[in-house]
Amino acid sequence: MNEFIPRDRDQHPPAVTPIYKTSVLRGPHRPLISLQNSLSEVTGPVFGHGDIGPLDNDLILNYAKTGQPIGERIIMHGRVLDGSGRPVPGVLVEFWQANAGGRYRHRNDTYVAPIDPNFGGCGRTITDAEGRYAFRTVKPGPYPYRNRGNDWRPAHIHFSVFGTGFAQRLITQNYFEGDPLIARDSILGTIPDQAARERLVAKLDLDAAVPLDTLAYRWDIVLRGSRSTLFENKLEGN
Amino acid sequence: MFTPNALGYLAETPSQTAGPYVHIGLIPKQAGFDIFSNNLGESPIGADTPGERIRIEGRIFDGTGAPVRDALVESWQADAEGRYHATPTADGFRGWARTGTDFESGLWAIETVKPGRVPGRHGHKRMAPHISLWIVARGINIGLSTRLYFGDEEAANAEDPVLRIIEQPARRQTLIARREAPGHYVLDIHLQGENETVFFDI
Ligand SMILES: [Fe+2]
Repeated sequence: MNEFIPRDRDQHPPAVTPIYKTSVLRGPHRPLISLQNSLSEVTGPVFGHGDIGPLDNDLILNYAKTGQPIGERIIMHGRVLDGSGRPVPGVLVEFWQANAGGRYRHRNDTYVAPIDPNFGGCGRTITDAEGRYAFRTVKPGPYPYRNRGNDWRPAHIHFSVFGTGFAQRLITQNYFEGDPLIARDSILGTIPDQAARERLVAKLDLDAAVPLDTLAYRWDIVLRGSRSTLFENKLEGN
Repeated sequence: MFTPNALGYLAETPSQTAGPYVHIGLIPKQAGFDIFSNNLGESPIGADTPGERIRIEGRIFDGTGAPVRDALVESWQADAEGRYHATPTADGFRGWARTGTDFESGLWAIETVKPGRVPGRHGHKRMAPHISLWIVARGINIGLSTRLYFGDEEAANAEDPVLRIIEQPARRQTLIARREAPGHYVLDIHLQGENETVFFDI
């Protein structure tokens, strides 16, 4: 088993980011202790099609009760790659989002926009042999949240991704190109690097759209890469 | 889609907070609805998994000492023999679980088997029994990696190669769950403050 290349923390938000107020009391202050990978970090759970259901990647149908959800029908798709650009096949990708009005189906969400009776807002899939994922949904709406006095989240979908090792575990959010709220977002604003922020923006992909039916956006995900040990600094005993 | 650097590597996708509604995607029952036929991570073990049955639990505290009541905790561990399994064994052991802190009490809990000792890196001693934890929540910008060790494994903990790289012995204690009763371990996690938990860059 190969160990992972150390995480480049400059690509990520720091723990404490005053622009996002909640992080001030929840972000650790002390330096992280750097660990060389052991078996506990390079191994991790691997999921298969037996773990998920046939409608889990179709948010238009997976909670439909009396009809289909309201909103712009979209396909979200892309590839999961590792740091060497290799596709990562057979990994679990999970996603959750607000409905087209910006409301989550969650007991703690009290935003005035209504729940859509036909929209759950979550799903999951497993990447194929080329590392591709795809799911169908409606485009989420922006919503306000308590941070600065008038903060609105740009439309976004939350993503959770597994790799082959627990050290690759990643949760993030993606955005939609052209949204004027992107430049004003305090969550995206926690990432110091402009190029890194741009990598979270999905691109309109007309070629993947279904004419007269569903638009498409494309967004690729990059997990940490691993390296084969060239010399003697071996991972396991004996 | 993304541009490789001069050596051909791609930068990792940046992390973003899991937000207040992480439950919808990962543990929808806690969000208040039922959608999937198979809710992943409800248990790390099967009914027939061999090993000592244990319960690990705790709370997560913010910088004011208030419990974080909307966090998600994932756990990853070896079986009772110290072996990891990427896919479930015949007896139902997977070693991976996820749960949320309770919206009222802030308590999280996982029922599992006590892991065995796992080989350390080449030339290192075996690691003491431990469970890897990964914590995400609103206000946490990138998932926090830590470990839970067991308070009744003093000899193994003393030679654990990971605990030993923590310079201050007092800080090692932030990873050691206290044994409240046979098979019942409690580990409180402090995000900030005097007793800030050791988090790892793995
Ligand atoms: Fe959100």
